[in-house]
Amino acid sequence: MQRLTGAQMVLEGLQREGVDTIFGYPGGVVLPLYDTLPQYPGMRHILVRHEQGAAHMADGYARASGRMGVCLGTSGPGATNLVTGICTSWMDSTPVFALTGNVSRALLGKDGFQEADITGITQPITKHNYLVMRPEEIALTIREASHICQTGRPGPVLVDIPKDVFQETADFDWPEQINLRGYKPTVEGHSGMIRRAAELIDQAKRPIIISGHGIIWGDAHDELVALAEKAHIPVITTFLGIGGFPEAHDLSYGWLGMHGMFYANMAADQADLVIGIGMRFDDRAMGRFKDFNPGVKIVHIDIDPAEIGKNFPTAVPIVGNAKNVLPRLTEVVKEARHDDWIAWIDQVREEHPSLHIRESRRMLPQYVVRTLYEETEGNANIVTGVGQHQMWAGQHYFYKRPRQLITSGGLGTMGFELPAAIGAQVAVPEAETWAICGDGGFQMTLQEMAVLVDENLPVKIAIFNNGYLGMVRQWQQLFYDRNLVSVAMTQPDFCKLADAYGIRALRVETKAEVAPAIREARAHKGPILIDFQIDQEENVWPMVPAGAALSETIEAPAEELAR
Amino acid sequence: MNPSLTHANGRHRASHHTVVAIVEDKPGVLMRVASLFRRRGFNIESLTVGHSEADGLSRITMVVDGQSAPVEQVEKQLYKLIDVVKVSDLSNEDMVARELAMIKVRCNNVNRHELLDIANVFRADVVDIATNSIILQVVGDEDKIDGLVKMCEPYGIRELSRTGRIAMVRGTKTTTVHDPEPERIAKFHAQQGRRVEGELPFSSD
Repeated sequence: MQRLTGAQMVLEGLQREGVDTIFGYPGGVVLPLYDTLPQYPGMRHILVRHEQGAAHMADGYARASGRMGVCLGTSGPGATNLVTGICTSWMDSTPVFALTGNVSRALLGKDGFQEADITGITQPITKHNYLVMRPEEIALTIREASHICQTGRPGPVLVDIPKDVFQETADFDWPEQINLRGYKPTVEGHSGMIRRAAELIDQAKRPIIISGHGIIWGDAHDELVALAEKAHIPVITTFLGIGGFPEAHDLSYGWLGMHGMFYANMAADQADLVIGIGMRFDDRAMGRFKDFNPGVKIVHIDIDPAEIGKNFPTAVPIVGNAKNVLPRLTEVVKEARHDDWIAWIDQVREEHPSLHIRESRRMLPQYVVRTLYEETEGNANIVTGVGQHQMWAGQHYFYKRPRQLITSGGLGTMGFELPAAIGAQVAVPEAETWAICGDGGFQMTLQEMAVLVDENLPVKIAIFNNGYLGMVRQWQQLFYDRNLVSVAMTQPDFCKLADAYGIRALRVETKAEVAPAIREARAHKGPILIDFQIDQEENVWPMVPAGAALSETIEAPAEELAR
Repeated sequence: MNPSLTHANGRHRASHHTVVAIVEDKPGVLMRVASLFRRRGFNIESLTVGHSEADGLSRITMVVDGQSAPVEQVEKQLYKLIDVVKVSDLSNEDMVARELAMIKVRCNNVNRHELLDIANVFRADVVDIATNSIILQVVGDEDKIDGLVKMCEPYGIRELSRTGRIAMVRGTKTTTVHDPEPERIAKFHAQQGRRVEGELPFSSD
């Protein structure tokens, strides 16, 4: 058996788990680990500029590739800076492995310099976390944490290691098998329940599938298409489920929720059977629970039993992985046609198109997204921040494949876009990666531009600059009687900022410049920033006002359309 | 009259559920459970922790207010914790539920006998006696203990300590775990997170 230091064991263990990239930031207590890094040339370390960036990069890396993302921070502030990123990953169920150092064991609990109880702090926002008190425990801990992180419903884990545990030497005993009594995810799905679900599907006159992030993480998009086609069921996705079903498919009816398509919301509201797959009936998707489609029956397929029945009573629960459950369900459902139902949704779509972009001389943000879609032929990976630009990016780009849209849905983390795009670009170097940023959110993590330069990553940064915290302004206009407070922002010159980092930049002030700028950015080999000075007043429509039901979806008011 | 006889199975409030969780005996497990209840808004009436019949496993008995959350959600959320191995809702089972209480009551030479008579009715034991106080120890369900507390109140209760409910299903059925840990895992878990023994050389980072 090999004798290794704790630091060597960590890197050896991660390497055996298939990790080849760590997004990290050094500090006192992780120095033994950094000292050891050169011994593992297969392990690429990407130096971030703030630990939050590391956590988002690991998350973006995971979302783009399906592989576990790893981030690393030192004790105390290094660890607490990771927290927003870990929570983002927790809310969206993505496999992020966070590694932190802590003060030496003798100092733990004594408020030592840069000590933070990070396992206590992250306990509610990790799937599991560990404080490792002996080097002998490192191998099994890495193995267990990595297993928990990536299996079942994925989620972040955190492993906290005191400095002197990194330094101590012990036998490296790598466990091939692990057995966690308290963790045995159900993946297969119960046959009786699958039969009952098939019966409900066969009887339904107006069935609809709402597919979520679980289709993407369960790698079940082909299986979903097969089910939808055989039973002739229209498919709408959640916001995080975008890309799980090809949006060009005849049965695709966009996505639902607060800024979902009008017809998707109406279809969900008028269906007699909702088949929720890998989604959690979140409030932003479903509107006011109490008034969501009274009388609807729900079949809920999810890998996490705790999601079933959490927000809505479920007629048929199926706990399992979509990849396993869907083919078995497809096998037992009858071939069917729902032409009348689909014709009804088509008619709603015709009357309320939602994605129509009006003619305007202004540079509408919707137009910018649509032009990007056309110029990239729908092939780019899109990473967004949170707010209006996020919704426009979801609405006006049409997604073909899973993992094409990377966005913070559950936690709604502004500043996610740039670091997550960096992670996504590192994970899939050949992909064309666009970070669609808000002018507000971009300033929360813009320091990570330095990483683009260090690593020469060709991420295209598109700032949707309207000089406002646009989504907040929209709410103040609509629900706070136009009382605009603290939403107008004096912005720096983003092009000069990019220039200061050594990144090329373009400013786009008119509609006519949009397509040429996108073409120039695409032709440029390295990173590039475009400051799109979009129309300042544009709002996101349709909208389900906070606390309203899906049936109360409102569309753009006439005076806004006349602008 | 023994009040416990009227509620032999401890089901004295319909919305209260007795949930037993078998958990890995590891540092932080109680915090994980307590934190789950706090953040999900589940109300706990009582929570009791101790060793179980198996090495490496602890038994947590909780009385949960079923009106704050469906008990099914409580169970499922508990199962999501990696350290929770098994969860059972005993409320619909025929169970024995007991609690222990110690009550320190003011007394003097004049009224001590009255107190002893009351203790006798409740089958409480006297575990300490002094010139001006007496400690009664009583075992039973919540109603029985409430009854004794009420009877002691006129004398003046100086201190009261209750353990919270523990419970077990009657008959041969159990809520135990039949999945022994492999030896190396057990060894690992036994050591996991424990402070190392002896003094460590002090080092500042």
